[in-house]
Amino acid sequence: MLLELERATVRFGGRPVLDAVDLSVAEHEVVCVLGPSGSGKSTLLRAVAGLQPLDAGRVLLDGRDQAGVPAHKRELGLMFQDHQLFPQRDVGGNVAFGLRMHGMPRIRQGERVAELLELVGLPGAAGRAVAALSGGEQQRVALARALAPRPRLLMLDEPLGQLDRSLRERLVVELRELFGRLGTTVLAVTHDQGEAFALADRVVVMRDGRIAQSGTPLEVWQRPADAFVARFLGFDNVVEATVTEEAAVTPWGKVPVPSGSAQGARTLLVRPAGVRLVGADEGLRCTVTARTFRGTHVAVHLQPEGAPRLEAACTLRDAPEVGGVVGVSFDAAETVVLD
Amino acid sequence: MDLARTEVTGRAARAGNAARLGLMAVPVAFFAVFFAYPVAAIVARGLGSDGGWRFGRLWDVAAQSDIRHVLWFTTWQALASTALTLLVALPAAYVFARLEFPGKQVLRAVVTVPFVLPTVVVGTAFLALVGRGGLLDDLWGVRLDTTVWAILLAHVFFNYAVVVRTVGGLWSQLDPRQEEAARMLGASRLTAWRTVTLPALGPAVAAATLMVFLFTFTSFGVVQILGGPTFSTLEVEIYRQTSEIFDLSTAAVLTIVQFLAVGAILAVHARTVRRRESALRLVDASVTARRPRGAGQWALLAGVLGTIAVLLVLPLAVLAQRSLDAPGFAYYRALTSDDGNVFLVPPIDAIGNSLEYAVTATAIAVAVGGLAAASLTRRDAGRLVRGFDALLMLPLGVSAVTVGFGFLIALDEPPLDLRGTWILVPLAQALVGIPFVVRTMLPVLRAVDQRLREAAAVLGASPWRVWREVDLPMVWRALLVAAGFAFAVSLGEFGATVFIARPDNPTLPVAVARLLGRAGELNYGQAMALSTILMVVCVVALLVLERLRTDRTGEL
Repeated sequence: MLLELERATVRFGGRPVLDAVDLSVAEHEVVCVLGPSGSGKSTLLRAVAGLQPLDAGRVLLDGRDQAGVPAHKRELGLMFQDHQLFPQRDVGGNVAFGLRMHGMPRIRQGERVAELLELVGLPGAAGRAVAALSGGEQQRVALARALAPRPRLLMLDEPLGQLDRSLRERLVVELRELFGRLGTTVLAVTHDQGEAFALADRVVVMRDGRIAQSGTPLEVWQRPADAFVARFLGFDNVVEATVTEEAAVTPWGKVPVPSGSAQGARTLLVRPAGVRLVGADEGLRCTVTARTFRGTHVAVHLQPEGAPRLEAACTLRDAPEVGGVVGVSFDAAETVVLD
Repeated sequence: MDLARTEVTGRAARAGNAARLGLMAVPVAFFAVFFAYPVAAIVARGLGSDGGWRFGRLWDVAAQSDIRHVLWFTTWQALASTALTLLVALPAAYVFARLEFPGKQVLRAVVTVPFVLPTVVVGTAFLALVGRGGLLDDLWGVRLDTTVWAILLAHVFFNYAVVVRTVGGLWSQLDPRQEEAARMLGASRLTAWRTVTLPALGPAVAAATLMVFLFTFTSFGVVQILGGPTFSTLEVEIYRQTSEIFDLSTAAVLTIVQFLAVGAILAVHARTVRRRESALRLVDASVTARRPRGAGQWALLAGVLGTIAVLLVLPLAVLAQRSLDAPGFAYYRALTSDDGNVFLVPPIDAIGNSLEYAVTATAIAVAVGGLAAASLTRRDAGRLVRGFDALLMLPLGVSAVTVGFGFLIALDEPPLDLRGTWILVPLAQALVGIPFVVRTMLPVLRAVDQRLREAAAVLGASPWRVWREVDLPMVWRALLVAAGFAFAVSLGEFGATVFIARPDNPTLPVAVARLLGRAGELNYGQAMALSTILMVVCVVALLVLERLRTDRTGEL
């Protein structure tokens, strides 16, 4: 393992911000830590970087304990949330900074800077002032600067946080491609699930300083570990349920569940695709409260009588009008028993 | 379409220039009446003769070997003092900006105390420490008062706070993550500081260096006491020529020499500062300080605390000890008695006078200096505005003695007869305080991101509202520091005040000097007692200011 955290703990004024976190990142792996703000993900990066001392636990790089190794000797790269480009240096000066620190000869510095600016799509920008760069360009310069000294592990703190959506989506693809091509090992943190899923080989969901779930994007998406993860991923059809064999008793009535599901008092998730609209006189009676166009489908918000709201996904053609009354049935293939 | 837009921007730019000129009007008028006019008067008295001018006097005086000696000593002791001050105080600026430790607020006030002490008292305190019969003499037989070291140490003592507060103020607001970014790229702590933080601190360090150099270049009270017959600065020489030899002409010529030298330094300074300043990302100072960690930081903290104890607190302690060096607080009790031989009033009355003057002078200095700083904020301003920037610094360079003497001879006859009014003293003190206000506020004002102002303007804020809503909240801290400086300067001002304070209304420093000027143990003791009281008043005032500062910061 390139990076291992063993029960890493950081407390701010007695409150644990990182609570006995175990995490490992293999060589060439892209791991994305996903969590709401305040979940401790930035502190995790700072602890790995050596900018934040641990109160307990260990950080190991290539199996070596990093306690006592100062930040600048860890050979890690960190891209800050707001870039932190040096305002008093031009683009080339920023990218060359790490090379200078590592004592690279001036001639080679110039070559490497040009190479990296080429790589991030800003050829010939070395002489420009950082204040004159757009947000996307600053992003690219920050990336080039972090990559220049060839860090063992590249860490990204909300890498695309401040950019507009289309640029973000384009950059995510570029980053993924770039990391794949360079074989860079990456530990990124973000609160944006789209970003995490698009970028990562493995997603780690954090909550209140602890790891709530870890797995491939597909695993996490298909089987959220608990109600918190499910809601954080944007699933709102989550209720308490009692599972008996292949059916669950919920406030929405009886919902079929896949065979082999855990039994007893559980939390049940029904994906919007599993909420089928049927005739008003069949199934669960609901009133349509809202429709949201989502590009590939329409999200229909339904209010059953005396039960939590439901979200259904259907095609534009099938979407009922707001205020209409529909019936709902459930599809076992799209329900998940959590815990 | 494009034409219309050009017209609008053109009009906006003109309106902006007009607004800046409007802001400048008050400071310019103030300086014309209370600075340029008195200085012109004294120069005319010195150089003018029967309607003509004798410029040749400049060369005659400068060519005298004793004057050349004074010029050389003035320059090199100022350079040495400045270098030594930076060396000792920059680590302290770091400690105050970046480390969190108990008693920091109090200590911040403590280091500022020397700066507000009258220079005469600083000199006397060091005499008591390193002079004949002083503490070091008693303990180890070490005497420094015959060497230049006494002067240099007293200058470090006096100017420590300038560096700590000017540099530390900006330092505490620099985003620590800039340094962390450098560290992640392989820079050691020291390299990260040298390559990232030091350049960002450049304007503040330059400002502090300039201030310290000018203070030590024009040092008066300290050199007067500790220099003896061997060491004399330009300022002391001007005073000697004015009050002992009554050679106003030579004094005026020396003033002009000093004027030119200071003008040259300021011109260089204005140029370098303008080139170095860049829009910094400022963050709230309360989030940048951390508990010390690692042996290095603890050692640094210990070193700074030790320096403060030996260099700053010890002289003050010796001073206080001397004031108590008589049974039953005899020196203090003597202050309240009106024996009529030194003053027309009991010496204790000087405290009330000093506070009254200082509050008034602070109000004037902050109002005038604040307007000046606001008008100078934009770096793309024209030549006229930049010249004004340099002009504002001149009262720092011109000797306080000249200001006081100029007031005395220029403002006591029509058209402007202020001789009988009490406002004369605060006006002179404000004049000396304004450069501090400008120098403290300008680096911070200029570091405010211009886009924030633009954002506010787009949201419908008038220029005044922009200043009120964007600049003020961000520079509030600097404004309070500036006010504190102005207050401190007024309270300790001696060179100018000694000329214009009326005998029945002495300020504390003037009273101390008069007591010191008289022989006798009781007079010396009373001077020590009054100085101690001044010290206590300063500590209290500064503590109040520090308290105010934290409360406001909590709100930001």
